[in-house]
Formats: sequence, structure tokens, C-alpha cells
Amino acid sequence: METFLVLEPGAFTTIQDAGRYGYQQFGVPVSGALDEFSFRVANLLVGNDETAAALEITFQGPKLEALSECVVAVTGAETPIRVNARPEVGWRSFAVHKGDVITIRAAQRGIRSYVAVSGGILVPEIMGSRSTYVGAGLGGLDGRALVTGDTLFREQAAAVPSAVSLPERFRPALSSEIALRAIPGPQDDYFDRGIDDFYATSFTVSAKADRMGYRLVGPEIKFKGGAPQSIISEPSMPGAVQIPPDGSPIILLVEQTAGGYAKIATVISPDLDVIAQARPGDRVRFERIDLATAHGVHRAWREKLRVVREILQSGKSCVS
Amino acid sequence: MTPLFEKPVWRLVGDRGALVEYGDSITPEINRKVRSMAMAIGKEHPRGIVEVIPTYRSLLIIYDPMETDVSHLQGELDSLEAHLDRLDIPPPRLVEIPVAYGGDFGPDIGFVAGFNELTVDEVVEIHSAAIYQIYMIGFTPGFPFLGGLSEQLHTPRLETPRALVPAGSVGIANNQTGIYPVASPGGWRLIGKTPLTLFVPSRRHPFLYEAGDLIKFVPITVEEYHAVAARGDG
Repeated sequence: METFLVLEPGAFTTIQDAGRYGYQQFGVPVSGALDEFSFRVANLLVGNDETAAALEITFQGPKLEALSECVVAVTGAETPIRVNARPEVGWRSFAVHKGDVITIRAAQRGIRSYVAVSGGILVPEIMGSRSTYVGAGLGGLDGRALVTGDTLFREQAAAVPSAVSLPERFRPALSSEIALRAIPGPQDDYFDRGIDDFYATSFTVSAKADRMGYRLVGPEIKFKGGAPQSIISEPSMPGAVQIPPDGSPIILLVEQTAGGYAKIATVISPDLDVIAQARPGDRVRFERIDLATAHGVHRAWREKLRVVREILQSGKSCVS
Repeated sequence: MTPLFEKPVWRLVGDRGALVEYGDSITPEINRKVRSMAMAIGKEHPRGIVEVIPTYRSLLIIYDPMETDVSHLQGELDSLEAHLDRLDIPPPRLVEIPVAYGGDFGPDIGFVAGFNELTVDEVVEIHSAAIYQIYMIGFTPGFPFLGGLSEQLHTPRLETPRALVPAGSVGIANNQTGIYPVASPGGWRLIGKTPLTLFVPSRRHPFLYEAGDLIKFVPITVEEYHAVAARGDG
């Protein structure tokens, strides 16, 4: 059923779900929500399956007119939300009625927000996913970001309660000083002193930061003497930190497929949520972590999500 | 030429990935090993493997760290490799791609001919005589990196890439040849165009080929191009 009329699209608002798997061997990147925790929680707050399609906002949010009664939740970045003149808060679901106008303004901290609506945004599933990949015009709404005048639909859903909120202690802390845990490799052997520089210094997020990757500015990371500056092209994973010949790291993200530059380290998957909220100008440093410890962090991330799911699905958090 | 590694080299790719290298050069032999291992994993699907992506000379294995870990995976892949000859690995498929060479479809064919001191007809003959191995797919959805281009056709890229190369274009860049399945910017020298739609997202199998398959280009006339394009198959 009709759910929103897009009055203003925001800076870059796309439909995303948990990603498109199984096609990377054909050069199709996974896409999907960059901040997976915030995305999943947005869905849980409105009673959805946590991988239902939602809107991903980058910095400046949209203005949406509700075309039917529904329950909405906004998570992720810290951002002012209004329904008509009434302020709402993030991480807490709210009901909207036909004709209400939801306005999500520029993020004050963090940069990506997720808007989930009861039932989930309805677009055709393309190759197993509703995620938008604008690079190939795939998925989402005609493979592109929202524009003024778009109508969004949602799946039918049973009535769900509103004012469900995620307890404060589970919400991610957003900071402009960001630490990312990274495992050396796959091509850490192309570097010697460059490795020490990489972990010892901090970098600034440049303006070239999008769903393909984040380009960082800082001291030049030098290759080992005699090491080739490129590799035989290979696919990359989200979080891989590529060092091009100019020595400025690029954190590759969910819309990257293959590349030919050496990767000094790979940010662990739970910290992709943290990168997703990094803004140009933020400071980033990398902390070396070994695989066993990283798997512990991964398990903890999943466990936290499990606890959150239990709390939100049991309705224990209805009062906020 | 460096042959296959005696033992694959494992490289960590974060907390969910491992790159398993079977060699460090671009050769049909190494790539065949990559394909065989990818198919063996596809057949036996060891627990915890989420996705396997074949490359020129390695496999990127994406795994679920809640289900398995790298030392387990190493053991399972070693055992698959040891018994590779017992697994029924089907031969690669040969996929024929009709191509209308030259004219508006291949605006750079004259340059390729001139650069290599050949006639345009010879370029077509040499390019369509070979059987190419798909070493890897990437860059854009369905873009095949093909090995096996005759040295007689090696031609440098355009100095300034085109802002938009039409979908279906067949091009040459140095020692490589490939097809643009979707329109994208590109710097390859364009010599022809296929009327087939190489990537149909709504199709059950969205792509016509996979890494490891073989490709043969079949020259067609402009009339045949339009007839196939009008049928809209592919």
C-alpha cells in the first residue's frame, strides 16, 4: 500500500536491505545498509523482520508525506526529526497518520540514518535483494536515489505498537574521534615501516566518502622497498583498506567489487557500523587486532543484536 | 612463467574472509585450478562458507565466523584439493557471443588494425578465431576479464576514456579483451558489439557465463545484429 510521497529527497536517500549475496562472483557488489546495527534495529522497532527494506539517509534527510497510517522509526545518526510541528526522537517508534509530514534534517552527529516503516518498504526483489546499487542502476526504486515526487509503497502489516524504544545503553556512541579495529592483510607483506605508520597515526576522513569507499588523508603510507604497488586485480571485501600509489588509504565499502591495489589491513565487520557514521573531517585511527580476538568481537556484536531483538520483540521496552 | 604454488598461500581478509592463492601469475593453468577448487567447494559446500569468488589466481572465501574459522577451512580445502581428481568437475562451458565488428559498433577497429599493421578483416579473423578463458568477472556486473588475446591484437587503451561505452561493446586493452555488459565509462578500444543482453537482473540466471567458462566470438553482419537485437533474446 502507498506509504510516503517524497516531498524532498534529502542529500542521498536510497532503499537498502541486508544486502545482495551470491553475485559477487559476477561483479555485483553486496550493497545493503552500511550501518547494519542501526538498520536492523529500525526494523525491529516497527515490528518488522529485521532485514526488511528501509530508507538509508546520508547526512540531510528527506521530507515525506504519509499516504496512510503507519508506524515509523528512525535510527543511526543524531538527527532532528519532526512530524508536522511535533518533534520526535531517534531510536523510538512513532505513529503517523495520513497527511502527516515527516521531516528529517541534517545529521548533527554521525551521518547515516535509517527510516523503517511498519511492513517494510516494498520494491521488487532483484537478485534476492531490494538494496539499491546506483552504480549499475540495480534494485531499490529504479536503481537510483529518491527524487521529489516519488511514491513509496510498503507491505501490508498487522497493527504494531508505537513508542517502542531501544534502551539507551544499546545505542552506539557517535564520536568524531573514531577507532577502527583492523586485521593485517591481505597484502600486509607489501609494507614494512608503512605498517607501523598505519597503526601509529591518525587520518582525516576526506570529502570523498561514499558507499564505495572512504578516502582518508594523513601521512603517506609507504610501500616496502621493491614491493609492487599494484596486485593482480582481485575482489575486495567491505572494510578492506587499500593503499594506492599516492599512499593515502581508502577504506573500501559495500559498493566496491574488484581492485588492483594492495590492501594493508581489513577493518573487522562489527566496526563497519562505525565507519558508516564517520563524517568528512572526523579523525580515524586503526587498532591492530588478531583474528581470534576479532571473532570474539564478532560474537559479541551478534549477541548484542540477539539481546536487543529479544527486548524489542517482547515489548518490554514499550514505555520510554 | 611461475607455475602453480606447491601449497596454496592463505591471506586473511578481515574477520569474515580469506584469500587462497594458487599462484602469482596470470596463466590458464592456475586459473583452471581456481575454477576446479571453486566447483569442488560448490559441490561439497563445507560448513560456514557464505560465498566463493574466483579470481585470476585465487579464491576469495567469505565465511561466517559463527560457523567456522580459518584453520577449519584450511583443513577442509586441503582435503578437497587432495581429492580433486575424484570429484566430477564438469568441463568449462563454451559460450558463443555473436559480434558485429567495425562500423559504428566498433569505432576503434581501424586503429587496432593500423596499430598492429593488419587489415580490419584480419583483426576480425584473429579476434574471432580464439577461444578465451574467463579469468574473473568484475569491474561492472558481468564484465569478463578474458585471457587468450593474440599478441597480434595487443593495443593500448584510449588516452582519454569514453564517458559512456554502450552495453554490449567488445573491446581490447593491451593484452586483454572483454565485453561491457552494462553501459559504463571505459577506456578500451572498441572493435564490435554484441546484440545479446548479457545481464538481465530479472532472469533466473542473470548472467550468460561464469568465471572459468570459455568464450568464442562469432562474427555476424549488421542485419543479423538487428535481427537478434529485435528478438530481444540473450
